[in-house]
Amino acid sequence: MTKLTLAIDFGSTYTKVVAFDLVAEQLVGVAQAVSTVDTDITIGLRTALEKLRMVIGGGKLDADRILACSSAAGGLRIVAAGLVRQLTTKAAEEAALGAGAKIVGTYSYGLSPEDIGRIEKTAPDIVLLTGGTDGGDDKVILHNAVALAACKLSSPVVIAGNKIVAQKAQSLLRAANKYATVIENVLPELDRLNVEPARVAIRDIFMQRITHAKGLDKAQALVGDIIMPTPMAVLKGATLLAQGTGEESGLGDLIIVDVGGATTDVHSVGYGHPSRQGVVVKGLPEPYVKRTVEGDLGIRYNARSILEITGKKQIMEKMVFSNSPLAENIDLDASIEYLSGHIGAIPQSEEQYSIDIGLASVAVDIATQRHAGKIEEMYFPTGKVWIQYGKDLTKTKCVIGTGGIFAYGQEPRSILRTACYNQNNPMSLRPMNPECFVDERYILYAVGLLAEVAPREALRIMKRHLKSV
Amino acid sequence: MKEAGFKIVSLEIQVSQEESINAAIQAKADATSVSSLSGHAKILVEGLKAKCVEAGLTHVGLYHGAQLIIGDMRWEDQDRLFKEMRVDRVYPHNAIPEQAIADLKANLK
Repeated sequence: MTKLTLAIDFGSTYTKVVAFDLVAEQLVGVAQAVSTVDTDITIGLRTALEKLRMVIGGGKLDADRILACSSAAGGLRIVAAGLVRQLTTKAAEEAALGAGAKIVGTYSYGLSPEDIGRIEKTAPDIVLLTGGTDGGDDKVILHNAVALAACKLSSPVVIAGNKIVAQKAQSLLRAANKYATVIENVLPELDRLNVEPARVAIRDIFMQRITHAKGLDKAQALVGDIIMPTPMAVLKGATLLAQGTGEESGLGDLIIVDVGGATTDVHSVGYGHPSRQGVVVKGLPEPYVKRTVEGDLGIRYNARSILEITGKKQIMEKMVFSNSPLAENIDLDASIEYLSGHIGAIPQSEEQYSIDIGLASVAVDIATQRHAGKIEEMYFPTGKVWIQYGKDLTKTKCVIGTGGIFAYGQEPRSILRTACYNQNNPMSLRPMNPECFVDERYILYAVGLLAEVAPREALRIMKRHLKSV
Repeated sequence: MKEAGFKIVSLEIQVSQEESINAAIQAKADATSVSSLSGHAKILVEGLKAKCVEAGLTHVGLYHGAQLIIGDMRWEDQDRLFKEMRVDRVYPHNAIPEQAIADLKANLK
């Protein structure tokens, strides 16, 4: 029998394992066990591997390659510091999110003593320091380097600002015995976003330093390097799926939504250029691969937050099951209170499924509105002009649901349709007529890992396990 | 303005924000003056100051005038709208050049 390739995700709740046969281009099995990162991470891993062994027939688990990612121990926590909120700070946020990080603080202009106090308290894994275009402002990034050098924080600093003073900022930090690395500016010119070097640098630091700091070394002894944060693996899977390889075509521009208990993540792959004539694009250029994380939209821990944002009516309108409204018999307040306190709750009845569908639909609706660009009309003597902010996703071909709610398999289409263009909100540039799919085996992150070593096989396997809904 | 002694770098029409900022860097400008005749001012000006800050041009004054918007809006509201976009001085379509020249001279002292 061919040797297997294993993809492992050390998640905060579950350690998941996926087995592939690359010669046959097949998904062989999937298993998971509760993560044990607080005690000994290998306990959960060994349990998951044993479950996988049983899933695939009980024989020896003969793997010749293991690829692993992690979002355990709080994920990769980054503070982004830039100059102007809408420019270098936003560029730093885009870079950090694209590297699979969780943003735990955002700062603009000069860091005040209070800001430094907050950053020390936050204790991020990495500080991403930006500011000034190349040849532009050189004062604020140096001020911030001095402030970070003098503070108690020992986190690595990635300097991705004005190249004229980047080395000087590094010297200031190194003189204070801080780890500091210089990379290309995230915003070298006002109309050019450059996030890739920051993504690479963040990943390197994650591999070299963060996994050790988070106590994942024991796992490394068994599975080798943990090569990236899990959200980066999802982004790599999404990019492969959209672009394809030289030999195997991709699906084209796509959006992936992942509704979790605490957050809703949206990923889009595509340039998002205007799809109609006469449009003026404003604002920071958008990354081709964009990820947004909505920290107030989740269907367990943040269920109450969804209710507070939208109100009961909107959730109830979307609470359908098998096309029959059940809303009137449900005490939504009590149910949401219960879900907020029971983050592992799995729906058992039609009513419970219905509430999850309502919450998830609203979360996807709001999260995709925040992710997608919007358009404004303006009138001039020469006629109407459209101003576009953000990505135009109206021509996006596919919307894919992954994780939690989509794995239940209940009403995935009605949830995913809320990610699409809505005539009640015509200025939001969401997909007009996409095909909807579900990542039915929850393997997108594993495919992203596999893309590193066998992209063609990874793509073919992923395409086979996308279920049209 | 030339007669008043200012050295002017003219960028002509249909200039993007990036082009005007690059020209300001190249010319070591003290001020950027934008004249709008078509009511496109919001497109021209929104976000310009933020870009000036990133480009190290915090000290460069923004002066904007002429036909700023289409439609009815009181001058006080137009002035406030553009000041909120961090334009330093805003002038209506019937302002005389001497006013802008006097303001520039006073600000550059």
